[in-house]
Amino acid sequence: MAEEMRVLLEYADKINPEIADEYVKIGGYVGLEKARKMDPNDLIQEVRSSGLRGRGGAGFNAGMKWSFVPKNAEIKYVVCNLDEGEPGTYKDRIICEKNAQALLEGMAICGAAIDSNQGYIYCRGEYPFIVKLLKNAIKSAKELGALGDFNIEVRMGAGAYVCGEETALIESIEGHRGEPRFKPPFPGVAGLWGVPTVVNNVETFACLPSILTNGAAWFAGIGAAKYPGTKVLTLTGDTNNPTYFEVPTDYILRDVIYKLGGGVKGGKKLKAVQVGGTSGAFIPESNLDTPIDFDSMGAIGAALGSGAVFVMDETRDIVDIVSRISKFFEHESCGKCNPCREGTFRCREIMEKINSGKATQKDIDNILLLSRVMKKAALCGLGQAAPIPIESTIKHFADEYARKIV
Amino acid sequence: MITLTINGKEIQVPKGTMVLDACQQAGADIPTLCYDPDLRLAGSCRMCVVEAKGRPNLMAACVSPAENGMVIETESPDVVESRKIILELLLARHKLECHTCERDGSCKLQDYCYRYGVTDSRYLNEMPHFSKEDPNPFIKRDYDKCIMCTKCVRVCEEITGAQAINVEDRGHHAKISTVFDGKLADSTCVFCGQCVMVCPVGALTSKVSAGKGRSYQTQSVLTTCTYCGTGCTFELNVKDDHVVGVTSVRDSELSPVNKGALCVKGRFGWDFIESEDRLTTPLIKENGELRPASWDEALDFAANKIKEIKAKNGPDALALFSSARATNEENYLAQKLFRAAIGTNNVDHCARL
Amino acid sequence: MTNSINELEKDATAVFLIGTNTTENHPIIGYKIRKNVRYNGAKLIVADPRNIELADIADVYLQFRPGTDVALVNAMMNVIITEGLDAKDFIANRTENYEQVAEVVKKYTPEYAAEICGVDAEDIRKAARIYATAERGSICYAMGVTQHSTGTDNVKTMCNLALLTGNLGKAGTGVNPLRGQNNVQGACDMGALPVSYPAYQAVTNPDIRAKFEKAWGVPLSPNNGLTIPDVVNKAHHGEIKGLMVFGENPMVSDPDITHVSESLDNLELLIVQDIFLTETAMKADVVFPGVTFAEKNGTFSNTERRVQRVRQAITPKGDAHPDWQIICELSNRLGYPMNYSSPEEIFEEIRTVTPSYAGINYQRIDNTGIHWPCPNEEHPGTPILHGEKFNRGLGLFHAIEFKEPYELPDAEYPLILSTGRSLFHYHTGTMTRRSSALNEFMPSNVVQINPETAAALNIVDNEKVKLVTRRGSIEVNAQVTEMVPAGVVFTFFHFSEAAANILTQAEVFDPVAKIPEYKVSAARIDKI
Repeated sequence: MAEEMRVLLEYADKINPEIADEYVKIGGYVGLEKARKMDPNDLIQEVRSSGLRGRGGAGFNAGMKWSFVPKNAEIKYVVCNLDEGEPGTYKDRIICEKNAQALLEGMAICGAAIDSNQGYIYCRGEYPFIVKLLKNAIKSAKELGALGDFNIEVRMGAGAYVCGEETALIESIEGHRGEPRFKPPFPGVAGLWGVPTVVNNVETFACLPSILTNGAAWFAGIGAAKYPGTKVLTLTGDTNNPTYFEVPTDYILRDVIYKLGGGVKGGKKLKAVQVGGTSGAFIPESNLDTPIDFDSMGAIGAALGSGAVFVMDETRDIVDIVSRISKFFEHESCGKCNPCREGTFRCREIMEKINSGKATQKDIDNILLLSRVMKKAALCGLGQAAPIPIESTIKHFADEYARKIV
Repeated sequence: MITLTINGKEIQVPKGTMVLDACQQAGADIPTLCYDPDLRLAGSCRMCVVEAKGRPNLMAACVSPAENGMVIETESPDVVESRKIILELLLARHKLECHTCERDGSCKLQDYCYRYGVTDSRYLNEMPHFSKEDPNPFIKRDYDKCIMCTKCVRVCEEITGAQAINVEDRGHHAKISTVFDGKLADSTCVFCGQCVMVCPVGALTSKVSAGKGRSYQTQSVLTTCTYCGTGCTFELNVKDDHVVGVTSVRDSELSPVNKGALCVKGRFGWDFIESEDRLTTPLIKENGELRPASWDEALDFAANKIKEIKAKNGPDALALFSSARATNEENYLAQKLFRAAIGTNNVDHCARL
Repeated sequence: MTNSINELEKDATAVFLIGTNTTENHPIIGYKIRKNVRYNGAKLIVADPRNIELADIADVYLQFRPGTDVALVNAMMNVIITEGLDAKDFIANRTENYEQVAEVVKKYTPEYAAEICGVDAEDIRKAARIYATAERGSICYAMGVTQHSTGTDNVKTMCNLALLTGNLGKAGTGVNPLRGQNNVQGACDMGALPVSYPAYQAVTNPDIRAKFEKAWGVPLSPNNGLTIPDVVNKAHHGEIKGLMVFGENPMVSDPDITHVSESLDNLELLIVQDIFLTETAMKADVVFPGVTFAEKNGTFSNTERRVQRVRQAITPKGDAHPDWQIICELSNRLGYPMNYSSPEEIFEEIRTVTPSYAGINYQRIDNTGIHWPCPNEEHPGTPILHGEKFNRGLGLFHAIEFKEPYELPDAEYPLILSTGRSLFHYHTGTMTRRSSALNEFMPSNVVQINPETAAALNIVDNEKVKLVTRRGSIEVNAQVTEMVPAGVVFTFFHFSEAAANILTQAEVFDPVAKIPEYKVSAARIDKI
């Protein structure tokens, strides 16, 4: 565990996240105090120059995102994405369980930057205990006066994966079907109930207090230059140490699996690792020395995404796994756009056909063609990313497919 | 004004123009299924995708604002490939019954498959089975032909305001449904048939017109509705000298009052014209019974009787109830008949009823 | 309408609906109003005894007792004057007789009217404020306002309200009667009225009469003619001997059908010109088969005064003739030759004697109809009336006191019966009862009864009951619904086999307009 670098989780299990006072005693809410004294433009500039990029998956510079919010709008909202629907991902839950006050402080800092006094946390339906925790944490912070006039409400989702997409999340808070909106307009201009809204992930918000306390330069100096800071990862699958870690962003994948994770379970050889959740690419052993930061992962056709790291040993059947993944996407497609609604359905059909040994090369060609169209024509990230596991495994594990087709 | 290049042609459009409109201005014919200029944008069918230089993905032209300096290709290989695959995906869920479909010849799916040479679908496998008979006399709902453009949902909410239907369930199970998936008659549906008007395929059709003629077999005649005083205009569809249906005209010049929207009577209440009960010959009462007569006989009978009463009792012993349903020209003549030819002002009509 | 339909969708910032079930009887107009409320945030006030669809989205819903319109609107004016919300400049510059109205409405405090109307006084205040403070407020009404023995008073009261707030003469305002029949506006415009030639030119005015005598080449009667109720009564007495009924069906549409029937039976000559053998045609001595709108050319004028084309789509059925040809044939036989080659030629003649139509021709309305008045071919038409000044110069306030309806409920007939239309049928059902889908969907009449009233009478939904008034009775199924308040029942007049007008009275009409009081009859319901 020596190589972890704990910033967000520094006081994990040492303080009660529901009690604001305990957080204050370890230096909490200092960043917010500082932020409140700053000119909002300077505050945005500070966050921007820290290089903090969105931890939800898209990796957009947080300060830049805030700068798009029109200054003259009367009402604005800060929304925290705690939908965390990616299978194998639970880092936002951990951050809440260990350091909920940092999330609240981060949201309030964002509120100070964009001149908003209302925040919403959209919590996934499977986390009722987190809703309870957060409500207590908010109550405690309000009682202490730590949040000032900034209010936070917790809203609960109903288990739809697509509601992790920011515009679908907004639709869901508004009480509509969880369907993504087309962009533009982006939420920063017209978001929740049509007003400018910043949507950031839990981890992004939780980074802010330390940035304000220690300065942008401090943060920018941690980890990868273009994606600085730390990242909370959750390790699952065939690993000896299935748990969470916080590491600097220049940490390489091999070290996650072999040093922190203690290697592959049962001493078996590694076949593949999927990073970033279900829509992540399958990474072969040959690419393990890649740092986990956003751009390095992108360079090998993968994505850091949510920070889930799913380890598969040599005995795993790649086609079978991808077939199950395709069923997940068929189930989670909202049904709004044609490429995703029809595409995820047909992908599942074809993957099951391949997996059951009834497919031909023609089916592989068809699914690749479909994947290409989904990636370039689907409305939102779900449909665009759903074919990535298929494409990446046909590329890197062609022999496994070859074995199953007739 | 901003400048952009579309298929190599530079054009200028006002800021705020959508790429779709800019493309149309540049003479590019962009296929659309979910787009309707009178409805909230959906951006969901993805048929209107175009390629913008420097963007990783294709963009849906209907929901993308044009930007200065954009370089757009509307029929690039990527665009055409996407449209073809989208059509194949839709064909794989669309019950192909063109041979008996009311919309054969006026179906957008058919038109675009023709345009892009999509003869069949490589993704054809399991088909949806949504359809249940909806026992109303107006609208046939065949959701096995539905392509989920959601125009019906939007028109019901935004034009009629009935909010009778919405999308139920999700993913490939998503379908158009009333609340609790019930009958239209048990919903807030008012059977205006605006959904039939906007349906691009044969999923929603008129039961009253069923089997009576397809668009290429009929002529359309623009006219004004015969019911309430709103003055909606629409087209009567005529086949072999019979009225076989009513269709909307959505041009605001030709349909200034209703812009294509109609009510249940206007859209589905036209077949009285073809009723067996129509009077087709003059009648004269004889021994308490009405019997057919020739025009000369009937007109002479009436004229002689009028003359007789006028001679005996004066013109004010005669009166006319004219018609709030007849034309201006006929009302003018009718009152002129009584005022000038008979000599009385006993002329009225049921304006009060 | 003083204003045009599309203004209700875009321009009006507040709409006051009274006595109009708009989404059922003028669906397209209803949709536009709903759209304006939902998407543009226009305010909506609904005053109607029945809980109509649009009441659901109204900012204020006034479920008032049938026939108390004057009290309700006088109270709104009381609030507007008391709170200083009246349009003082408009009143000073464009109206007269304001003081009299101000005096009369003094006693109509919201509390006073609330007692009469059976609504909450505070809701009257709210409604008054919404309408008076709206940037552009529109009043729309239909037969709910006019079909009363005080119909003329009711309409004048609506005009008072608009004058008081200056809601006239600009887009999104106005006093807007929504007319129920496709060409009721045109029939009035064309002089199918006993007191006027085309364009409301009085038959008693010698100069105008001289003009028409010249145009038509014959001497004309100087006397006002008879209205329909007078004709029916005089036929009953034997003074009217011959009647031509053209495209009307008084045996279903007119009050007290039993009385109408006796009158028609008493005639020496009844000519009926229609497309079906209507209940009235069955009584005729001679029947001329006319044609539907699909078989002829011509024009209709809609409720917003827009003159639009009607185009022939098919040839007339059997030996039926276009109605204009039948009239010409009859006229020729009466020794007054009418020779027109087409409806267009008739229209050209109409233009010469109808100043408000003078600028309209078939070419100009080929695509888009034109609103009259349109005095010359360069004139674009007039979607909005009374922009600069009123026809008479200044807008005239009429001080009006509330009067109770003629036939109030009593011990024997404890319910108020109103009659009207359904979305699925039209007028006497001549056409819609023969439209397969419409008649399949709604094949028979019902009487709407509030659950409370139904329970008191021990009546359940769908039970066949007898609806009785002093004139007679009909048997209909009960529809137990919250749409009507307790003590009020409603039935439709489209169904000759259970005809609402067997029940309505023909003793007292509005003294000016001669409109029957279809919205208030004393009734009772008997179990069968």
